[in-house]
Amino acid sequence: MNTLTRETRDGDRAQTEQFIAPAASVTDSADGYTLEIEMPGVKKDGLDISFENNELTIIGRRSLPTVEGTLIHHESRPENFRRRFELDPSIDADKISARIDQGLVTLALPKAEHVKPRKITVG
Amino acid sequence: MNLIRYQTPELASWGASNRWSTLRDELDSFFELPFWSNVGRAGQLFTGWSPALDLYQSNDNVVAVVELPGMRKEDIDISLHDNTLTISGERKHESKGGENAERTERYVGTFRRSIALPTCVDAKKVSATYEDGILKVSLPKAEEAKPKQIQVS
Repeated sequence: MNTLTRETRDGDRAQTEQFIAPAASVTDSADGYTLEIEMPGVKKDGLDISFENNELTIIGRRSLPTVEGTLIHHESRPENFRRRFELDPSIDADKISARIDQGLVTLALPKAEHVKPRKITVG
Repeated sequence: MNLIRYQTPELASWGASNRWSTLRDELDSFFELPFWSNVGRAGQLFTGWSPALDLYQSNDNVVAVVELPGMRKEDIDISLHDNTLTISGERKHESKGGENAERTERYVGTFRRSIALPTCVDAKKVSATYEDGILKVSLPKAEEAKPKQIQVS
């Protein structure tokens, strides 16, 4: 089954920019899929969403707050975020929409009209 | 990594084969994603959500920066007790109904992080901002904790 959740993991390690894979959740409803990706520190203009060869790539570049002083305890990662998904053919790629609010990217991936469930009334 | 994979009974027939691909994906991700991300996600199974916290110190301030993506400002609690800063809160699951979770990596529920501050701070002057999913708590140092230059007379 070819689903939205199948991720593409190509081994392009030669690439210089290092990314980390952010946590993502996918929900499926009759109208389409909702994809939520956690990208703390990413603003709207740091977000780069592209779609090519049925593959959706979401890149988030962080603009972290500058803090005066010495770092004395460190847990965060400096890398930018990237996640890739292969889309189910039922998704209408032209109608994908995205928003970002408090570092959470929400993508609405509507299903094409012809695949939505429908009731057939007996005439 | 999700502990329980929700599946409607109707989908169980293809779900069986899909489960293998999920397992394979998880194994792939174990080797291909950076090590820390696996540690983080596996860790969530046992400890819950533990957001990343950075602490900075300057002459006048201690600043805590915490990654809390997708929260509402009013769901974040900050408290200071015995020079220990505690940040807690709850991320609520928002569902419109009629949805199936296909993949659940985002943590939903409560979290609590505590950290001992390196010096005394003035509790009355603590301030916080929440922007782009990053919480920044500024804790001005207490007067007696600030470094002082002593002149030799």
